[in-house]
Amino acid sequence: MREIKFDTIVNAIRDTIIYSGANLPKDALDALQKAYEEEKSPVSKEVLGQLLENADIASSEARPLCQDTGLAVFFVKVGEDLKVVGGTLREAINKGTEVGYVEGYLRASTCEPFSRANLKDTLGYNLPAVIHFDLVSGEGLEIEYAAKGGGSENVSRATVLPPAAGKAGVIAYVKQVISDAGGNPCPPLTVGVGIGGTFEKAGISSKHSLFRDIGSINADPEIAELELEIKDELNKLGIGAMGMGGTQTVLAVHIEMNPCHIASLPVSVNVQCHSSRHSHISL
Amino acid sequence: MSKIYYFTTPLSDEDVSGLNAGDIVYLNGTIYTARDAAHKKIVDLMAEGKELPFELQGAVIYFVGPTPPKPGEPIGSAGPTTSYRMDSYSPTLLANGLKGMIGKGKRNQEVKDACVAHKGIYFGATGGAGALLGKKITSAKIIAYPELGPEAIREIEVKDFPLTVVNDTNGKDLYQMGREQYEVKD
Repeated sequence: MREIKFDTIVNAIRDTIIYSGANLPKDALDALQKAYEEEKSPVSKEVLGQLLENADIASSEARPLCQDTGLAVFFVKVGEDLKVVGGTLREAINKGTEVGYVEGYLRASTCEPFSRANLKDTLGYNLPAVIHFDLVSGEGLEIEYAAKGGGSENVSRATVLPPAAGKAGVIAYVKQVISDAGGNPCPPLTVGVGIGGTFEKAGISSKHSLFRDIGSINADPEIAELELEIKDELNKLGIGAMGMGGTQTVLAVHIEMNPCHIASLPVSVNVQCHSSRHSHISL
Repeated sequence: MSKIYYFTTPLSDEDVSGLNAGDIVYLNGTIYTARDAAHKKIVDLMAEGKELPFELQGAVIYFVGPTPPKPGEPIGSAGPTTSYRMDSYSPTLLANGLKGMIGKGKRNQEVKDACVAHKGIYFGATGGAGALLGKKITSAKIIAYPELGPEAIREIEVKDFPLTVVNDTNGKDLYQMGREQYEVKD
């Protein structure tokens, strides 16, 4: 049994939130640079240039990359032989989130669904965090974090296709979602696709796929091929950076696939804007 | 070919009538911030015949909810939010003197029609460039609805604020034009 202090987790979460708010991870920055070099439309190229300049200003002056500093989303793998001393793991992640958002001058964007009241005075600053726990063997603690903006969540969609729709049906569905979205989700995008599982499993898988580094190759060669095929299809849409028209609409397609019911083919499409603020902590 | 303009607010009919979708505008002067919640309040005030928090004639509204300012700074990061959420309110404001809106993402046909009928412009600012755009804002003060937090109405001063004309007074739409040019049909 390994013990870990409550405050160790709080501080690690706080630090990653503050850092992520102002510093685009290398994979996202490299992907934007590549898109800038390859974009054919002068208007979209200008936009991509502004995004690179923005990343530079944000990092050097410790300013938030975007005013939408997101809801804090975590995927946590916690070892069965790990004990948190001084509080629960959920409390530690929430506290680290609150302190990070306050100390980093990040925006509190959480609100009550109907009244739209900001919950910072009741639940805490930008709380609760969205946390997905996974219990694993051992003593480890692996935390993946992303600041998830609202614009790209708003265009994300899920459905359950008939099994006969097959791979072609999945590709057509993803293409329709991204086509309908146009420039609203702040392209160039990362498109997370959850295939199979149950309705909610597809949704969570599509979210989790966005935490993968842009440009990384899927371990399953068949899925890796499908990711590239869908990416090429999506880039034919011509949406371009911020919808201005162009060749660089999608930076990457990430797929997570799960076994599903014999009656169903669930598909979830979770969209990530160009400001892919994600990080990984091992404690 | 797109042209480059420098304008100072308030904007006149003459200013906006010459603009075409795709033109670049560097904006200077005073503009106002408002998102969904503030728009609803403005339109409600108009329906009741009450005075608005700012002069609408010639005004430019920026759809933005900035991050909190660091000590000594006027505003935090301040890029545009998605504009369609303001679509139901914008035609009323355009009919009453609003000349410019700044946001990101497509507008509905009613807004585009109102831009033609009342000579208004929808400008796109680069979404996600909040650090860069925040630095173009030289002062900011809340003039209404402080309880809305990031959604409060702020009067802000901008210096060479970089914009692209998306919807012009002739009914043209840069998003449609751009996409048609680069779409690859099978």
